[in-house]
Amino acid sequence: MSVGPRDSKSYKTFTWFNGTFLVLLCGFMLYPFVTVLAQSFSSAGAVKAGMVNVWPVGFNLTTYQVVIANDLFWSSYRNTVVYTLVGTTIAMVLTTLLAYVLARRALRGRNVLIGIAVFTMFFNGGLIPNYVLIQTLGLKNTMWAVVLPGAISVFNLLVMKSFFENMPSELEEAAQIDGLGWWGIFRRIVMPLSKAVIATMILFYSVAIWNDWFAAFLYLDKQELFPVTLYLRNMIAGASSTASQGAAASGSSTSEIAANIQAVTMVLTIIPVLCIYPFVQRYFVSGIMLGSVKG
Amino acid sequence: MSAAHAAGDALATTVQAPPAGTVPLAADREDTGKKARPPVRKIGWRHTLRRDWVLYAMALVPVLFLLLFRYVPMFGNIIAFRRFRPGGSIFGDEWVGMRYVELFLNDPNFWNVFANTVILGGLTLLFCFPLPIVLALLLNEVRVRTFKRVVQSISYLPHFLSVVIVVGMLMQLLSLQGTVNQIIEAVGGEAIPFLQRAEWFRTVYVGSEIWQTVGWGTILYLAALTTVDASLYEAARIDGANRWRQTWHVTLPGIRPTMVTLLILNIGLFLNVGFEKVLLLYNPLTYETADVVSTYLYRVGLVSNNFSYATAIGLFQAIIGLVMILTANFLSRRVVGASLW
Repeated sequence: MSVGPRDSKSYKTFTWFNGTFLVLLCGFMLYPFVTVLAQSFSSAGAVKAGMVNVWPVGFNLTTYQVVIANDLFWSSYRNTVVYTLVGTTIAMVLTTLLAYVLARRALRGRNVLIGIAVFTMFFNGGLIPNYVLIQTLGLKNTMWAVVLPGAISVFNLLVMKSFFENMPSELEEAAQIDGLGWWGIFRRIVMPLSKAVIATMILFYSVAIWNDWFAAFLYLDKQELFPVTLYLRNMIAGASSTASQGAAASGSSTSEIAANIQAVTMVLTIIPVLCIYPFVQRYFVSGIMLGSVKG
Repeated sequence: MSAAHAAGDALATTVQAPPAGTVPLAADREDTGKKARPPVRKIGWRHTLRRDWVLYAMALVPVLFLLLFRYVPMFGNIIAFRRFRPGGSIFGDEWVGMRYVELFLNDPNFWNVFANTVILGGLTLLFCFPLPIVLALLLNEVRVRTFKRVVQSISYLPHFLSVVIVVGMLMQLLSLQGTVNQIIEAVGGEAIPFLQRAEWFRTVYVGSEIWQTVGWGTILYLAALTTVDASLYEAARIDGANRWRQTWHVTLPGIRPTMVTLLILNIGLFLNVGFEKVLLLYNPLTYETADVVSTYLYRVGLVSNNFSYATAIGLFQAIIGLVMILTANFLSRRVVGASLW
């Protein structure tokens, strides 16, 4: 920033307060994470009594053992992994192909295609017609109901499109002269140069699918198909059998163990997101900027 | 693939009889601009298809996807005016006219949830729109790079959480033994069952919404801030503007287009107040303030199996949303000269 050499005294005071404020803000942002983590390592009684804040009380790993030993938890977790992998792959293929095509400025009918996509951002079919469609297509109680409907996010599509548009056209021209067709250019020139935007999109899609619970809640009735978020939701809503199973295992009452088990399940659900997030972070900032500058 | 394409190109060459040299693929002519257009225009669709069929083929599946999963439900809204029978046509079985529309317009419950939606949406807009701007301005004053980056990373974090997790955390923090009540009791207050009290729902909802979105919202503003012309600050300083006046007269006008764009987007999403979060967070005790249009139509439609009625409500909501975003865009183009399209 162009503040200049002569910083006033009052500005220095401001800087000081600003720094303090931001540190406090970080604490405020992180506190819920830290508590959940601390609770996951604490004894059930301490959690129930509200004794756990930022540090585990009565440190133990029993809750982790109880959760990990639960078959339903594991099948849910595995489902989430599968849904995320399959869903992200489908979404990436569809989005990338369409974005590449829409980025050809002279393509005939391009504006119509863009219009078709953009209109869905402002108007949508709504809950019930979507539900009826999924039911009619026979996708209920299959993983496709979770994985397919969200496959193209128009926002992501526009981000990719403007990224492709901003690529130097000389590269593609050179490739054409060397005899590459559209497909060849796409695969051998555009893809390798788009790692940043691809990484961003993979992050966006996979996090969205990993975190989603509502599609599963709507379209899946069978417990063995549930993703872990839905499993967790049912646990929070008190409808899951896990809590009582866990309680039975450790010999305490349902409500006592529930908070503990919830904390562990939450931690295990968040961890993968937290693990990939720092690595892709530097990409998504530029990604989201690209998309917003020209929608 | 490339062989087939080469064949297509060869055909193009024969038809078009271009000047010497390679035939550029059609979609690449952008740079030649308008001058090149008339001849391109005269070429028929058949020719275009022959030349660019690879591109159209690439777009085929994604476009079919959009038509099936986005447009079919849009037309499925017709069941708001037709009676839908489970297992029947997805477009309904017989016309019933405005019956369902009249039904919800005369439904006192509907107007209650509509008011809740407007209040909740309004509060969210009031807090979640300006706070990222404030945070971005504060972050912008930080000149220790690493510190700035750490604060940013931490503030984005909640954006990547599932609603289920957020609600789970809220329930623990706000429970009778939770941190918030511990603090209240420490200062001599009495524990409040936040999630069972209708009068607390809006605070809880908006508060958690701020926590989740404020950091993410700063990304665009921080980017916009870097584009503000540095010489303007110098000029302002020479004119005797202090830090605060520089912010007011240079920085804020500099990021105004971004602010307007995001405001339009927010207004357009006004009625879509966090359906999933409300659904997870509310309970019969808090329906009074928490029930919004989308949760109401969820209960009417999928819990009570009244598909046509719920579709009528949903269509109404979607149309209001569309009108609002179009109006906001129109107004901002007229008034500020910045718009989404």
